[in-house]
Amino acid sequence: MNTVVCMKQVPDTETLIKINAEGTGIVTEGVKWVMGPYDEYGVEEALQQKEKFKAGKVTIVSLGPDRAIEAIRTGLAMGADTAVHINDAAFYEKADPYATASALAAAIKDLEYDVIFCGKQAIDDDSGQVPAILGELLGLPVITQVIKLEVADDKSKATVTREVEGGHAIIDVPLPAILTAQKGLNEPRYASLPGIMKAKKKPVDVKTVADLGVSVEPMTVIKEMSLPPARQAGKIIEGEDAAEKAKALAKALHEEAKLI
Amino acid sequence: MPGILIYAEVQKGEIKKGSFEVTSKAKELGGEVSACIIGSGVEALAPELAKYGADKIYVVDGPEFEKYEPEAYVQAFAQVAEKVKPGIIFTSATAQGKDFTPALAARLKVGSISDCVDLSMSGDKAVAKRPMYAGKAYAMVEAVGNPQVFSIRPNSFPVNESAGAGAIEKVTVNLDSSKIKTMVKSVEIAASEEPDQTEAEIIVSGGRGMKGPENFKMLEDLAHTFGPTATTGASRAAVDAGWRDHAYQVGQTGKTVSPNLYIACGISGAIQHLAGMGTSKVIVAINKDPEAPIFTKADFGVVDDLFKVVPPLTEEVKKIKG
Ligand SMILES: Cc1cc2nc3c(=O)[nH]c(=O)nc-3n(C[C@H](O)[C@H](O)[C@H](O)COP(=O)(O)OP(=O)(O)OC[C@H]3O[C@@H](n4cnc5c(N)ncnc54)[C@H](O)[C@@H]3O)c2cc1C
Ligand SMILES: Nc1ncnc2c1ncn2[C@@H]1O[C@H](COP(=O)(O)O)[C@@H](O)[C@H]1O
Repeated sequence: MNTVVCMKQVPDTETLIKINAEGTGIVTEGVKWVMGPYDEYGVEEALQQKEKFKAGKVTIVSLGPDRAIEAIRTGLAMGADTAVHINDAAFYEKADPYATASALAAAIKDLEYDVIFCGKQAIDDDSGQVPAILGELLGLPVITQVIKLEVADDKSKATVTREVEGGHAIIDVPLPAILTAQKGLNEPRYASLPGIMKAKKKPVDVKTVADLGVSVEPMTVIKEMSLPPARQAGKIIEGEDAAEKAKALAKALHEEAKLI
Repeated sequence: MPGILIYAEVQKGEIKKGSFEVTSKAKELGGEVSACIIGSGVEALAPELAKYGADKIYVVDGPEFEKYEPEAYVQAFAQVAEKVKPGIIFTSATAQGKDFTPALAARLKVGSISDCVDLSMSGDKAVAKRPMYAGKAYAMVEAVGNPQVFSIRPNSFPVNESAGAGAIEKVTVNLDSSKIKTMVKSVEIAASEEPDQTEAEIIVSGGRGMKGPENFKMLEDLAHTFGPTATTGASRAAVDAGWRDHAYQVGQTGKTVSPNLYIACGISGAIQHLAGMGTSKVIVAINKDPEAPIFTKADFGVVDDLFKVVPPLTEEVKKIKG
């Protein structure tokens, strides 16, 4: 089974976000960059499917600046076979979901795949849009928030379970298809030491946006970024014992906050 | 003012509150407000949208829309949009809205802006405010194409009764079934009446301090005491321990929530958790460790054993509610 995994390098979830002087983006110095946590589920699932079918190739496709190579190498160290790195600093600066998906689609269209995995969302922009646009551009069905995947032996179709409000839905889909990975799909493995050594020799195809023949104007533009208003520590509820405090808290919620 | 078209989402035979919120907001912005409702046997729900400001309600009703399937719904909505030619489209960023909206925008060959928490007009164009980095930052974003498509986070705008003309029109759409490739075999939804965490007005959340799955009953009791707009949540530690399903997880890799009241019980307040609930209007922390970081964000803090605080709190809330 051949798979493509769209992977974005993002700031680690521990990162304290600071806004740059122009107010248009975040301060990137000092940020620790990691593979998107949902994309990690995508990589893991691709590897598990390949192991199950005992054949096929896992290709990572990532759009990002030079530093993205580190996350790509992490994916290769986990076990992916090859990668395409769309590295175009000028483009990356203003790439919105549409532009990103257009570049990814151009890079993916000549690859062989039964499934394209994406993450449910990239945890930097939190947009959750790239997979849908990719589906539209490649003419493929998209199933979001997948928590279970069973591929038919002949790879012509799959049965997937996706999270829906208050429960889940079971869906049949012909392959190829785009699936977005949600927590619960699997437990991503760590890269092993031999894996890390091997990853250094695995091929990474670097492409510019011009190589791909796409020139896309973004459809959404960030005008300004800001930090949320700082939250102040509030009031500590005092009382003789826990029951007293509970009573005082209920009173505060009723009288001060007017929530009950 | 450009015309606004709303996607009115139906779940369990009712229009979602989030759809009324965006209808109210559309009415407030002015201009012609239309809504489109899709489903099977949904026609009778259409007049409700007029109460909150819809001038025109398009109904796509048929057995083929019994179960939500993005391709069929996108085709239907796109055909209505083609007719209405709105300048702006609003959806509610519910679980379904998050699946539907980007696919719709892609079909209309425009970009969309997800999970907006505020909107303002700048001439004929709307500019949206949306959280990024799970709420660690906000961005003002403009959509360039036409129509502009926005999904709006539930609870961002109030529901206001302000009647629109409410003309109802049934629309017959032509589905290209060759493009509908997926088949929904079954949908299993828990019988629970609780709202989704992203839409709840009150969330009572538990972390590792809950000690075990059986103790979450205590939090459910408190939530039920608050009423039908309340639900429970969990930290990742509680989810990873297998005490709660992932659907309950609040935080950077769970749900981002902004209820009116968030009560954190036995949750330390790790940065990934705070990112997901930091925009809650009022935060209460119950934790026995006075140094727990959650207290730096809490409007009201109780330093004590949660097992001794939560049960009497439930009783007190009951008393106040009468
Ligand atoms: C990539 C990544 C993504 C993550 N995403 C998320 C996310 O989405 N959501 C999330 O929540 N976390 C997330 N985390 C995990 C996060 O870093 C924390 O580990 C987690 O939030 C801790 O959960 P907790 O507060 O329940 O547990 P702990 O940090 O162990 O805190 C338990 C608290 O309970 C208190 N306590 C114990 N007993 C009692 C008692 N009887 N009465 C009162 N208080 C008591 C303790 O004082 C303590 O403060 C993520 C981590 C990573 C690396
Ligand atoms: N720059 C990128 N490079 C590769 N994949 C991406 C990129 N941006 C987004 N994706 C994929 O699309 C998913 C959703 O991203 P987003 O729509 O930005 O929230 C991610 O989890 C990735 O799988």
